[in-house]
Amino acid sequence: MNTRDWSIRLKAIAAGAAAALALAACGAKEEAIKIGHAGPLTGPVAHLGKDNENGVRLALDEANAAGLTIGGKKATFAMQSEDDQADPKQGAIVAQKLVDAKVVGVIGHLNSGTTIPASKIYYDAGLAQISPSATNVTYTHQGFKTAFRVMANDAQQGKVLGDYAVHKLGAKNIAIIDDRSAYGQGLADEFEKAAKAAGGQIVTREFTGTDKTDFNAILTSIKGKNADLIFYGGMDSQSGPMMKQIKNLGISSKFLTGDGGQTAEFLKLAGDAAEGAFASSPGVPLDKMPGGKAFADKYKNKFKIEIQLYAPYAYDAANVLLEAMKKADSTDPAKYLPILAGITFQGVTGNIAFDENGDIKGGSISLYQAKGGKWEYLDTVGG
Amino acid sequence: MAPFFVAIFLQQILNGLVLGSVYALVALGYTMVYGILGLINFAHGEVVMVGALVSLSVIELLLGAAPGIPAPLVGALALAAAIIVCMTIGFLIERVAYRPLRRAPRLAPLITAIGVSILLQTLAMLIWGRRYHTVPAVIPPTPHTLAGATVTNVQIAIIVASALIMAALMGLVHFTRLGRAMRATAENPTVAGLMGVNINRIISATFIIGSALAAVAGVLVSSNYGIAHYYMGFVLGLKAFTAAVLGGIGNLPGAMLGGLLLGLIESLGAGYVGDLTGGFLGSHYQDVFAFLVLISVLVFRPTGLLGERVSERA
Repeated sequence: MNTRDWSIRLKAIAAGAAAALALAACGAKEEAIKIGHAGPLTGPVAHLGKDNENGVRLALDEANAAGLTIGGKKATFAMQSEDDQADPKQGAIVAQKLVDAKVVGVIGHLNSGTTIPASKIYYDAGLAQISPSATNVTYTHQGFKTAFRVMANDAQQGKVLGDYAVHKLGAKNIAIIDDRSAYGQGLADEFEKAAKAAGGQIVTREFTGTDKTDFNAILTSIKGKNADLIFYGGMDSQSGPMMKQIKNLGISSKFLTGDGGQTAEFLKLAGDAAEGAFASSPGVPLDKMPGGKAFADKYKNKFKIEIQLYAPYAYDAANVLLEAMKKADSTDPAKYLPILAGITFQGVTGNIAFDENGDIKGGSISLYQAKGGKWEYLDTVGG
Repeated sequence: MAPFFVAIFLQQILNGLVLGSVYALVALGYTMVYGILGLINFAHGEVVMVGALVSLSVIELLLGAAPGIPAPLVGALALAAAIIVCMTIGFLIERVAYRPLRRAPRLAPLITAIGVSILLQTLAMLIWGRRYHTVPAVIPPTPHTLAGATVTNVQIAIIVASALIMAALMGLVHFTRLGRAMRATAENPTVAGLMGVNINRIISATFIIGSALAAVAGVLVSSNYGIAHYYMGFVLGLKAFTAAVLGGIGNLPGAMLGGLLLGLIESLGAGYVGDLTGGFLGSHYQDVFAFLVLISVLVFRPTGLLGERVSERA
């Protein structure tokens, strides 16, 4: 057989293969509906980012198992999870990536510092964004109809913390440290406002960074100012070692922090030094949530690790998004966004309904104290 | 009130000395390599990180496998393991990444060094994961009070160990044959080679010694803060390099002085800049403060505080 015959044969085989593939594609599975998740999967708060991702994954897997129908088609959901490294610049890059990947909605981000810049990108693309953990007030006060959150914001958290510090913990001279992130600084500012309004004296404002581990200099400075309470606005990867250094320097002031420190990781990083620290968290403790225990068991069964902090909120956020799509019978954001804005949904964390800004209605803040290597529940305000 | 102010001031000085001792240990590695090769070994900070993480793994392994082992022995084994691993890595980096580029234009080894730094960070991330690891306290940190200032035994260990190591290094460099060969190579490698010094071996020895120091620094830092993670070497390395330049690059006493000074400046800066500027500048200007000092020193004394000492490359 000469070359000419071979080349004709090759062309025929190729054409046949292409036709077969095309036929196969016609009868292929429905394309999965992509739900985006963005959070820090690497870096100091990777444990929290992974926690959120697990929550979303659990929700989507359950939805797939239940077999939903949206717009007349069987709906299969897939999660596109991106790592924003808790870095605002990376957050914007990741947001654009998700928009370009044509996700129909986003659960994220985790940190306020990444959520806020990303929200502009999602707003421009008309995608719904539900954050399970970003508490900075600015996020929902930019006038974006696409920005939602399923937990109380820092205006509320800061107020509760400030009142608690002065009225319940009896602090008169307060030192405030923050990590200069959108979250840490925002929370510290709200705390300062509330503490001053309650009659407390702020003896100093110190600052650190999200990547620092040495706080001896600022803590020593605080020691010299005789504060009876130290408030830290920031995450557990700093407040944990900070607690250790506070004890090592012989500082006897009380320690109070926000939801960034109310984690198992904080207790681990601070070790024995964590004893007696106070922290707040939006919402109620897991065992007081309507679906809390059941969710914790499901989570433990699937992922074999304990819940860190926001997983129940990520789970609810994903489910409320799916619910809105079901009710609108469409995955088109233009159709389901209005439904989402007015939805009432019973999640494991409680009742979810959004106000005109996208904040959750009836959000509450709970307070905890570290005792014997565990977080002991103290009180809930609001909700 | 006055004695209290003194106590606080003393505390800040102590904090600064602890910080500075670590910077000094790491700065020595930078300065030795620069003195001989004219190369900024950007990967040095990552060697510190590897030392910290290796010691963490050994401690966890020993505590898990044989809980009855006395704590000092666990610590000693972890330190030894860290030193051996880091020395090997230092040797390999020089052999594989820098030696082939010895005759290349200056930019090539610089870029390679950055590349090695990123490589080590990524390898560490793959091996140890991305989370912040808690380092089990082998020596339980007991605070002692010294004239009103509190210092833990780990911090005392850092200051003392660093001082001893630096003294030993000076002894090595000035009173042994190896030291004389190192000084000769640093002064003029070609002529030293003609005098019978095996340049390659001396350079390898320099990297190995520097990496051993880095390992000790890594173990001390992770014990002090109780944390180790794959990114901890980057900023530390940068600051240690700054300290080396501050004291005079290529100059061993300069690196020690630069390290201690930088630690003190950072500590006192963070502690007092808020008060001194009436709240206009806060403690988050700590790094800015330190680098401003560096720039000022270099503007008025470009060769650093104790003068530069780089080899004449004939």
